[in-house]
Amino acid sequence: MSRPLAFLNAELVCPDSGVSTGNLLVRDGAIAATGSIDMPSDAETIDCKGKMLSPAIVDLGVFAIDLDAFHAGGIVRVGLMPDQSPVLDDPGIVQRAALIGKPKLWIHPLAAATQGLAGTDLAEMAINRGAGAKAVATGRRWIADSNVMRKVLAYARDLDLAVVAHAEDGGLAANAVATAGETATRLGLAAAPALAEPLAIARDLMLAEETGARLHLRQVTTEQGFDLVRAAKRRGVRVTCGITPSHLLLSDIAMSDFRTFAHLSPPLRSEADRQAALAALADGTIDVLSSGHDPRGPEEKRLPFVDSAPGAANAELLLALALGFVRDELLPIERLIALISANPARVLGLDAGTLAPGAPADLMLVDRDAPWQIASERMRAKAGNTPFDGLPVQGKVLRLFKGGAALV
Amino acid sequence: MSIFDCALARFRAGGYAIALMSASDHRPGAQIKGGAVFPHRHLTGIGGLQPHEIMFLLDEAEQWVDWNRRHAKSHHPLGGLTQINAFFENSTRTLLSFEIAGKRLGADVVNMHAAQSSVKKGETLIDTAMTLNAMRADVIVIRHMASGAVQLIADKVDCAVLNAGDGSHEHPTQALLDALTIRRRRGSIAGQRVVICGDLLHSRVARSNILALTALAAEVRVCAPSTLMPDAIERMGVTPFTDFDAALDGADVVMMLRLQNERMNGGFIPSTREYHLRYGLTPERLERARPDALIMHPGPMNRGVEITSSVADHPERSAITEQVEMGVAVRMACLDVLTRRARGVEGWA
Repeated sequence: MSRPLAFLNAELVCPDSGVSTGNLLVRDGAIAATGSIDMPSDAETIDCKGKMLSPAIVDLGVFAIDLDAFHAGGIVRVGLMPDQSPVLDDPGIVQRAALIGKPKLWIHPLAAATQGLAGTDLAEMAINRGAGAKAVATGRRWIADSNVMRKVLAYARDLDLAVVAHAEDGGLAANAVATAGETATRLGLAAAPALAEPLAIARDLMLAEETGARLHLRQVTTEQGFDLVRAAKRRGVRVTCGITPSHLLLSDIAMSDFRTFAHLSPPLRSEADRQAALAALADGTIDVLSSGHDPRGPEEKRLPFVDSAPGAANAELLLALALGFVRDELLPIERLIALISANPARVLGLDAGTLAPGAPADLMLVDRDAPWQIASERMRAKAGNTPFDGLPVQGKVLRLFKGGAALV
Repeated sequence: MSIFDCALARFRAGGYAIALMSASDHRPGAQIKGGAVFPHRHLTGIGGLQPHEIMFLLDEAEQWVDWNRRHAKSHHPLGGLTQINAFFENSTRTLLSFEIAGKRLGADVVNMHAAQSSVKKGETLIDTAMTLNAMRADVIVIRHMASGAVQLIADKVDCAVLNAGDGSHEHPTQALLDALTIRRRRGSIAGQRVVICGDLLHSRVARSNILALTALAAEVRVCAPSTLMPDAIERMGVTPFTDFDAALDGADVVMMLRLQNERMNGGFIPSTREYHLRYGLTPERLERARPDALIMHPGPMNRGVEITSSVADHPERSAITEQVEMGVAVRMACLDVLTRRARGVEGWA
């Protein structure tokens, strides 16, 4: 039995109960009470001095395990993509992934939906769930064969596992490293029309609707894509969708001068699509905001654009970048916290992402206003490949707790 | 412009000092002295050059045209300098042109056929660049199959870097030699209606030409089937056409692009004969252009596909072999200008 932990004078931000000022008591790794409460005399106390105390971040869809970056960014749980070496399609591998981070980081494996992520044969979803998988995923790629995708969705529905999908038409996106448009044309980069995304989304939505499966589109980045998701939600399709800060803050002009840190998958879109993403964030179409953390060193980034690996290491920047949307009054703080904790937790079937009594004490204490400048070279991540190098931001994690145990 | 005017333009081009005074072309460069006229360390593309900087390179090239035609080639400004031609992609004509240009200027020219070198053994592009740099090259000419690769190398080396073609991005010396050919044959670039027809999607020649010709105030039309037309190409200041006949209407210059073998036969077009039917430059089709329209092709040509032999070999109107000649002069000009700082040329050091 550890000592109770008391947070005093905090700005409590909870996706369920909203914003309030008060105290929070942790007992045995779980939240015991919030508000004006009598503190036990033996409690260890932390004076929050009015700073924000909220559920810690659940980062859905990271490509690497990067403890230092996650902790610096307020992340205590991650949904790990199956695109590992070896692929997360076997119970032994899934179980290892699920256990290696504890107690400092809870890794929730997203098991491969198809064997070897090849997009042809169903993977052992039930066995992998038993080994710790919290969802199944198509990985970095789209499943081109509609018959296979239909079976993936139907089978996952039986197990009540969400299917985390990458929505980009494989044929159109085949060799593309950019979205078709002026920038790609000027740079002479192989490009796919933005239409590759809504085409894929339309099919996956129809299959999800027919099978009744839970579908999570990991990244929706186009205006037409958001329109399809919005309409599907209205029809009652069990769909959620996510995005990363990169597609909310940057358009394809960030690739100018062949900047490989802006080589992402899906590629950066037009300014019109970026505006549509901001609107979808504000109106609630977007459910999940994640980092898509994918550290890539110079051996994979200091190459000609077409030869470089896509991806950005944004785990420790996610919170600071996201707080900007609150400052810009796109959405209230409690909704932002929902997007980075409660909603991804719900996709994965976790009881995290709330300050309600009984929930695990996964908490972050945040100075929402602390200013700092993003510097690629000073990042904690395994690699500093972020398109936001040099950007001044606000918001720092002061303390971080997993199940009541201090991590930072 | 009549046939007579055209001939006059050629005559004037012989005495290039007169052509220099052509009023319609933007050229404050003539008044700027020394290195300030061309402040760039490298030539990685036409994008990023000011119109007067392009004109300065063309003016510089003019003198090398005359010089090449004379037979006593005794002036060796690049004597003692090492020029490395690092070609990561196979090339015969461009490599030869750069080699001759370097040798005419007196440089020690070394050709590195990277397509069959350590690159195949897994060495990264940056490592190759560092190796070339450590060998103390004075100028490196690079061709690479990836867009942006030349800029990547240029950022890592101390000497001047010349782009000899990077992926589908740029091929600046080709655009300069095309511009020089047009200027000499037509008297001016401004106001000329230039039609560029062919595989625009994959063509670095097209991109560099579009940038150069629009910067010099030509009216540029581009023509290709929609499968080979880049998205938003009109944002580069050109008018796109899919109907070649319509594009040719009133053209002063017709520039045909090579159709790569691997793109024929079902990939982007159904067949070469169908391509020829819609986009082949035939004598009948050429009737739509101005009677004195100039015919250009960067080579190597697919005779009978994008161009028929009678058009390619037209004695008065075809400028195809002249383009090759201008190529050497333009490359000499670029090599000379880019090494002036290193050589301590007065006003450039």
